Amino acid sequence: MIKKLVLGIIALIIMASANVTRAEVKIVKIDGSSTVYPVTEAVAEEFQKAKKGAVNVTVGISGTGGGFKKFCRGETDISDASRPILAKEIEVCKQNGVEYIELPVAYDGLAVMVNPKNTWAASMTVAELKILWEPAAQGKITKWSQIRPNWPDKKINLFGAGTDSGTFDYFTEAITGKSKSSRGDFTASEDDNVLVQGIGGDMYSLGFFGLAYYEENTDKLKLVAIDDGKGPVAPSEKTVKDGSYQPLSRPIFIYVSRKSAEKPEIKEFIEFYLRSASKLVKQVKYISLPDAIYKKDLERFSKKETGSVFGGDARVGATIDDLFKEKPKM
Amino acid sequence: MQNTDIRKRIKAIRRWNGIFRIVGLLSTFVGLVLLFALMADLFTDGFPRLSYKFFASFPSRFPEEAGILSAWVGSCLVLLVTACAAIPLGVAAGVYLEEYARKNWLTDLIEINIANLAGVPSIVYGLLALGLFVYFFRFGESVLTGGLTLALLILPMVIMATREAIRAIPNSIREASYAVGATKWQTVKWHIIPYSTGGILTGIIIGLSRAIGETAPIITVGALTFIAFLPEPPISSDFPFISFKWLLDPFTVMPIQMFNWVSRPQKGFQLNAAAAGIVLMGMTLLMNGIAIYIRYKFRKKIKW
Repeated sequence: MIKKLVLGIIALIIMASANVTRAEVKIVKIDGSSTVYPVTEAVAEEFQKAKKGAVNVTVGISGTGGGFKKFCRGETDISDASRPILAKEIEVCKQNGVEYIELPVAYDGLAVMVNPKNTWAASMTVAELKILWEPAAQGKITKWSQIRPNWPDKKINLFGAGTDSGTFDYFTEAITGKSKSSRGDFTASEDDNVLVQGIGGDMYSLGFFGLAYYEENTDKLKLVAIDDGKGPVAPSEKTVKDGSYQPLSRPIFIYVSRKSAEKPEIKEFIEFYLRSASKLVKQVKYISLPDAIYKKDLERFSKKETGSVFGGDARVGATIDDLFKEKPKM
Repeated sequence: MQNTDIRKRIKAIRRWNGIFRIVGLLSTFVGLVLLFALMADLFTDGFPRLSYKFFASFPSRFPEEAGILSAWVGSCLVLLVTACAAIPLGVAAGVYLEEYARKNWLTDLIEINIANLAGVPSIVYGLLALGLFVYFFRFGESVLTGGLTLALLILPMVIMATREAIRAIPNSIREASYAVGATKWQTVKWHIIPYSTGGILTGIIIGLSRAIGETAPIITVGALTFIAFLPEPPISSDFPFISFKWLLDPFTVMPIQMFNWVSRPQKGFQLNAAAAGIVLMGMTLLMNGIAIYIRYKFRKKIKW
């Protein structure tokens, strides 16, 4: 009886895998940011369909930092990143002889959100956000009225992206001026839907995460316009793209290992990525770069210009023009 | 006078009996209601998504087209490796500890250690496996690594189940076997193992049904999220017909696929996650069902 059962299970597995027969298959290994994941997944899906199984693509989500760790050890071909590569990661890559080509693929807006019943906080200045989020605020800034005196004298409940994510790095860099420097007493989650639920269920809450999550949950959330000294600007496709939504819009990248770029299947994948990006990026609710930028990406890739434009500096508020203003350097 | 006192006491005692009965019933219901609420929630969301296509499709950026093919095949293959590694190791260790090992401080120490291992958080096994299998043995981020990691995780459970099953065998059986001149190995082979199979298998299956739901250690050793192809099939049309290449192929498993879907913004992916949850729960229930059946079957067979 048990033997039959075991045989049955094995037979099932064999049948499941037997109908996919293939010759030697090449694998494109990608890992990194969960923010970039939907874009890369979409490209990988289309690419595999187009190649009919001749090339396989795998995509992991170790986070931007985790992805670079693997990438700089030479374990992956391509790394998804929601922020530019940092100086210490550049150092590790150098030690292992991994050279890379930096390719911006889309724009992402970070949105500050409150509950729809919140009638007071239509806009906030960067300075106010800093008062609220800087490490010194921990345990001290706990009420809305401490930010602006005419706001309610109620406890403010904070929600934010998980501390391992590039989103958290970027938000802290942009608001408090130092990457990863933030108060610790907020609800952090890698799962942005937890944050959506949290903010949607609490009238006095405030949180930040990717704009794509707002668009799926407009009934549960309300955007806060951000004032960077030039008047309040609400995030939208237009304001992120033209660079007026500052400092919380950011380019997202893929990094290609130079050694891998020599392989024909990687070359083909990257070219496919950059050609189809403008269409696929929109489908997964991100903001695509202008076509001219994808052209420049292709050029940079074909010339194998290695290094980062940002030189290890986690700069905020990079506009589209900044991405190609300077030559990348190692 | 005395009589009424006694009656009073009996009444009080009976009342306590009744109270405990209600408390006990309510406690039982909390568990049941929770399980049913969970199932009802999963089913209302996920049931409409369950179709042949859902089982036969790869992940996709469109929730309606996405499926769990690579995930369930990955889960099955990983469990196959887990079973192949954990059963021989666990049963052998259990038999040795019960039948061969002398009772001294060393075996006591081993015993305490095994009991402790069963309580170690699963992520710790993931970290151990990352260092051991991925970097030291260079198995890569493969089905083999995933399976062996989960095997480590359930090994203590298998050992404990084996020992418990063996302990339930009366000593008279062993003595009878030795009396007719059997060696220890013959006794183990012809009596101990057959009589304890029911208990051992139950332990193994319960271990495996825990392994199938584990996410943390599998993510640590580098299971991927997007995989739109299956591992190399274990049998091929060319000689020697059996291939072990699948052991070194990259993979994903059901809980990882679910986790990814849960964290996506689109509502459609939440429904997919619920549907995958139903499948995973179905797999676990099926395995537990098999465990119960086996225990029943073997218990009926044993007569001493």
